[in-house]
Formats: sequence, structure tokens, C-alpha cells
Amino acid sequence: MSVIFKKTTGLTEAATHYCPGCTHGIAHRLVGEALEELGLLGDTIGCASVGCSIFSYNYFNVDMIECSHGRAPAVATGIKRTVPDKTVFTYQGDGDLAAIGTAEIVHAAHRGENITVIFINNAIYGMTGGQMAPTTLPGQKATTAPAGRIAEFSGRPLKMSEMLAEVPGAAYVERVSLHHPKYIRKAKKAILKGFTCQLAKGGFAMVELLSTCPTGWGLDPVEAMEWLEANMIPYYPLGVLKTPEEV
Amino acid sequence: MSRTLMKGNEALARAAIRGGCTHFFGYPITPQNEIPEYFARELPKAGGLFLQAESEIAAVNMLYGSAAAGAQAMTSSSSPGLALMQEGISMLAATEIPCVIVNVMRGGPGLGTIQPAQSDYFQMTRGGGNGDYRILSLAPATVQESAEMMEESFALAQKYRTPVFLVSDGLLGQMMEPVQFDRHTKKKRAGNKRWILTGHHHRRPPRTIKSLRLDPAKLESHNLELQDKYGRISRRETRFELYRMNDAELVFCAFGSTARIVKNSIDDLRQKGCRAGLIRPQTLWPFPVQPFKTLPESGKAVICVEMNCGQMVDDVRLAVEGRMPVHFYGRCGGVIPEPAELSEYALELLTGGAA
Amino acid sequence: MQNERILCAGFGGQGVMSLGKLIACAAMLDGREVTWMPSYGPEMRGGTAYCSVVVADRPVGSPIVTTNATSLIVMNLPSLDRFEQSVVPGGLILLNRSLIDREVGREDVVVHALEATTMAAQCGDPRAANMIMLGAYMALRGTPRHRHVEEAFSLVFGSGSSTSFNLNRKALRCGFDSVSAEAVIRKAA
Repeated sequence: MSVIFKKTTGLTEAATHYCPGCTHGIAHRLVGEALEELGLLGDTIGCASVGCSIFSYNYFNVDMIECSHGRAPAVATGIKRTVPDKTVFTYQGDGDLAAIGTAEIVHAAHRGENITVIFINNAIYGMTGGQMAPTTLPGQKATTAPAGRIAEFSGRPLKMSEMLAEVPGAAYVERVSLHHPKYIRKAKKAILKGFTCQLAKGGFAMVELLSTCPTGWGLDPVEAMEWLEANMIPYYPLGVLKTPEEV
Repeated sequence: MSRTLMKGNEALARAAIRGGCTHFFGYPITPQNEIPEYFARELPKAGGLFLQAESEIAAVNMLYGSAAAGAQAMTSSSSPGLALMQEGISMLAATEIPCVIVNVMRGGPGLGTIQPAQSDYFQMTRGGGNGDYRILSLAPATVQESAEMMEESFALAQKYRTPVFLVSDGLLGQMMEPVQFDRHTKKKRAGNKRWILTGHHHRRPPRTIKSLRLDPAKLESHNLELQDKYGRISRRETRFELYRMNDAELVFCAFGSTARIVKNSIDDLRQKGCRAGLIRPQTLWPFPVQPFKTLPESGKAVICVEMNCGQMVDDVRLAVEGRMPVHFYGRCGGVIPEPAELSEYALELLTGGAA
Repeated sequence: MQNERILCAGFGGQGVMSLGKLIACAAMLDGREVTWMPSYGPEMRGGTAYCSVVVADRPVGSPIVTTNATSLIVMNLPSLDRFEQSVVPGGLILLNRSLIDREVGREDVVVHALEATTMAAQCGDPRAANMIMLGAYMALRGTPRHRHVEEAFSLVFGSGSSTSFNLNRKALRCGFDSVSAEAVIRKAA
């Protein structure tokens, strides 16, 4: 009997606390697989951020540190500058990275910190119960935008990848999606590239993963996947926004 | 070794490197800029790393990451910058990260002034960040003592796995005074390194540094462990200096740069026949309660002098426990009290003039 | 040796900070206890700059000398206006006549005026006016000593060029020699 699939050793045995249909589980698996395939699990330090993924330190089979809301890129900077031979990544949601942590992410990119950022964009605050995020789409309902986001009142959603790709210190920025196996395979490649960029001392790398939040969106898991494809991808186009030639 | 004439800020930075500082993260703010400038020049030469952050918030979080990865890291700032760091300091206390934070105090509230003040006594002793935590706060009064306390602070941080505050101010940071660096070289302490993040190398389970504990019983027990540690620090590290206290009828209490001004006033009062003395807390937390429990029989009143509107006086009153009247004399906003005005106030008090 | 509380004041760029540092450093080398305290902040960038120096036999308490100065070394008019009343009766006001065109109003202090900027220019650089003032101060007060000041040069300025060292020493000597024995006696009286 040949083994055709087994769980990555990049994740621990702990069962995740994520909601049914949430794509955090897929994102975790892809990061775990990438670290395993690159042989980095023993030499990696991960930075968990505030949001549903705060507990990612229970799931990743690497040393982890918990960070205050939005500050993971600064913490990662401190770690990487102290132990440059370790692989350092942050795992941040859109509330963490695109709202409270904008200064930290922009300046980590600005300094060209040689870290890998995994950015989960599900267009809502999941952990606190479905409030509006900077990434919430116009018209999309949230508990703090009961009639849907009004762009004239709350602004149009921030496109973090486009923004960060413009920062001179950013080396690699790509947006991928987790709503379909075909896209998940592309996401895996992007995450691998995010880490190989760091191994090559390429500088700041960020992979934005369009993700679902069925609970926060008030949809079932299948509807959520469909909603992502129909609504998020048109506003947040997929693709490579910046890439170093040599990686 | 010969004496060097040095600014307090530069002496702090030099002493930090002598004390084993390897990494510095900071953001510019007056009146402490000589500290990051010194590190930018000198730390790379010593094999360390200086990095200018985009804010004090980022700086304290870089400090957190760096110390979690095993560095002897520090930051420095001044009052409003410390206010910005409070979230991070709470985190450092919760996760028990050894590191050192210098506050070269200036007047507040708000942006206040860049001139010297001691208006962060609350911020340095009562937290400012959320939750039950304490930070060992060292308060030097001379450039020499700044250097000695700074050098020792890293060992204290390692010994107790705790952040340590070094509380200076614009006067102590900007003034020059002779300093000798080999007078008090303490043995360096490596500290237990079994908690730092190194990568597990497939030889142990993954390690996590965290503060979130959603199970009330677990968070309570974590808090009790922290309180145990704070108790140990209180018992072992409380420090104070007594100046001309033996037969004192007037007992001054002052810390840091104010204490040096008070000493001038005490000498002046003694010449005028008024027996004055000083209790100078060298640690703000833990606050030295003991000398107030054993005040000389000759004591008539306590005068707490601060460059603020009355902050440490709360601790003085708690320590005196009503045994004698406690008066407060303060100047603030960057105004530095003159020895003569302190003497005048004290004499008026003795003759029943002052309230 | 008596305790000295010195206030050095001028505008930014006149070298009043260095002047104060040299006195403090030289006194330290002489085994005295000293402090030097600058005015700091926006004033550093062009306006009035001043520093306080205390020289004593015991560790110094307050390093601030904006009142009860025993000596005021003053390089420009706004500084004299601001600090004239800061000097104790019997104290010394040493002023740069080149930039101060009024007399000192007080009669209870010793005043010594000299054309420091002009004299410095004659020595080779008007920017050495602070050294002229320091030289005169040394002659009037009998302290600090030349050898301590010259040792302090390298500690305060770093090991700069020999040109600037020689200029500083020349200006220092020029300021020192400008003070007549008569002035010293008058001051002592």
C-alpha cells in the first residue's frame, strides 16, 4: 500500500478551533507544508497576531511568539535582526495588518526586512464577531456597518498588496485565493516562493490569501466560497504584484 | 581608572554596552537623543545592532522580539514615548521578557515640554499598561549612579526575567558630570535561556511565548506566579540612600535629580540650625517603605519634594502610615526647584507658616 | 579653593557650551567636583544658548546656575539683558565688549570687559572669541590652570587638527595676557 496523502508534520496534532468552512485551516496547512518541504521546521520562528489566528501557535509545529494587535511585523523585525539565520514569518489577518498594524507592516516592508508575511484577507473582523474591516467591500454587511459598507462614509477598501508592492523595500508581493483547489495549488506555490525569497535573503515578502469567513459573512461554507469568487476577486485581483528576478 | 566628563545620556549608553547590551531599538525624542545616537555609533563596533524604529510602539515590539530570541536588548525614550510603549511593556511583563527600558523624563501631560520633570512617577510605578504587573524601576541621582545602575540593570533583568526601568530625566540626561566606569563592575549573569525562541531543531516540542490565557484558572495561576516574583524582587532589590538622617527633625523624601537639589538645601538648613535629612528612594518600585517605619524619634514632619504635582507623595503617605504629617512641595512643567526655595519652605513649615 | 557657579551665555555658534565644558573638564582634571548643564531644545538652533558650570569640593547638588552665579561669562547683548541679575553681589561679569555696547547697570559686581571677537580675529579667527573669554576668566579667577585646560582641549573637542589646537591656545593666551595685573588686584579687592 502506498501513501498518497498524509498530514504535514508542519502542523501539530491539535484540532483547530476554526469555524466550519473557514479557510484558516487551508492556509495553516499550506504554510506547514511549505516549511516542511523546505526543511525549515526546526529553524523557524512564527509570529502569531491578534485575531482568530492568535491560537495558530497551538497548530504550527514551530517556535512561536504571540504579538500585540498589529505589531507582528515589528516583533518579527526584532527576531530576524537578532537571529538572521532563522526563518521568521508573521501570520496576520486583515484587521491586524490593514487597520491597527499599518505602520508596522509598511515600515517592515520599507526596511526590506527579510521576513515572510502571510496575510489572510477575509474582508471582516472574524474573532470579535463580524465587524467592518478596512478590507470590507462596499455594500458588504458587517455588525458595525449594518446597512453595508458605505464607501462615501467609511472609504473604499484598502488594497494592501498593491500598496506594499509600491514600497521600494518590498521584494515579493502576490495575491492568491483559497476558495478552490486550483487556486489553492497556486497559493501553495506563492507561499513556497515567499519563504524561498527569505532564504535567498531577498527581502520583504508578502503573500495575501483571499479567505472566507462564513460565520462573519452569514453564509454557509459553499456560499462563502462562491461569494469570495464573485465579489472579492473582482475588487482584489489575483496575481504577482512584485517579484525579485532571481527567486 | 580616571574620571571622564560625560553627559548622563551618553554615560547610560556606554554603561549599557558594558552591561552586555547587544541590541537597541528606539525612536527619536528629546531629551534622550544622545542615547540612540551613541548606540548608532558605538553598538555596531561592539558587535551589536542598532535599529531606528518607525515609532515607539514598533520599538518596544522589536525589543520584545529581539529579547525573545535571546538578545540583551533595550530601548530608551522620554515620557510621551513611554506612554506609547505601555501596551508593549504590559506584554513584556506578562511574557516575562528580560530587557531594559530607559525613560529620560520630561514635563507633561500631553506633549508638555522637553524640559526636565518627574511627572512619570505614576507611569514608572503604577504601570500604564493593562493588567497586574510591576516593573523594577531604578532611579539614579548622578551621572555616576546612572552608569552603575544601567550596567547592573541587564543582570537584574536576567535574574528575574523581567523588564527593568531606568528612570532618568532631562536634567540628569543632559548634564555632564565626572564618571568612572570600572568602579562597580558586577558579575554578569547569563540567566536561564531555556525559554528563548531558537527553533526546535526537531529535538524538543515547539516553544511558545504568549500572554493570552482564556481559562480563568490558568490566568489566575499565571498572575499568582508573577506576584510571587514581584514579592521576591520587593524583598531583595528595594534600595534607598539616607542622607544626614540620624538626628533629623525634618525628613525630606526625593528621588533622582530632585534629591541632589534637596541635598544642597539640607546642608543649607543645617547651617541655619535646622536638622534636616533625606530619604532617597533608589528604586521607585519597589518603594522603600522600611526607612519610613523607622523614622528617627527627632522627626517632626516629612516633606516630599518632586518635579511634578504630587505623585510619589502617595507612596510616602502610605509608608509613613500617619505617624507624622507629610507635606508636599513640587515644581513642574520643566521648572527646576532651587535649593533656596526648598529651605525657605522648610523653615516656614517649622515655624508654622506653611500648610 | 572656593566654589564657583559659572553661567556662560551667548548665541548659538559662539562656543559658550564648549567654553563651559572646558572649565568643567579642566576643573575635573584638577581633582574638583564639577557639573555642566546646558540649556537645550529649540534654543540650540540659533537663539540664546547658555550653560551652567558648578565647581566644588564636594559632590555637586543642583547643577543649575541661572540664579546665584558667582561668575557670568557673557558673549552677546541679549544674554547680558537676560542674566545680569543672576549674578550674586560681589560676583564677576566678564563680557564681550565687541558685541555688547552697553554698560553693566549693577554696581555690586566686578565687571571686566574685553573686545573678545576683535582679539580673536587678530589671533586668526573671530570664532575663537570663546577662548579669549576663557583666557581672561583664568587670569581673573586664577583657575583653571593652563595645563588642565590644554589637556581638556582634546577631551572636549576630540583629537582635532593641530591648527585648531594652536589657534585655541593662542587665543587663550591672548585673553589671559589681556588682563592686567591691576585688574586682577582690583577684582581681588
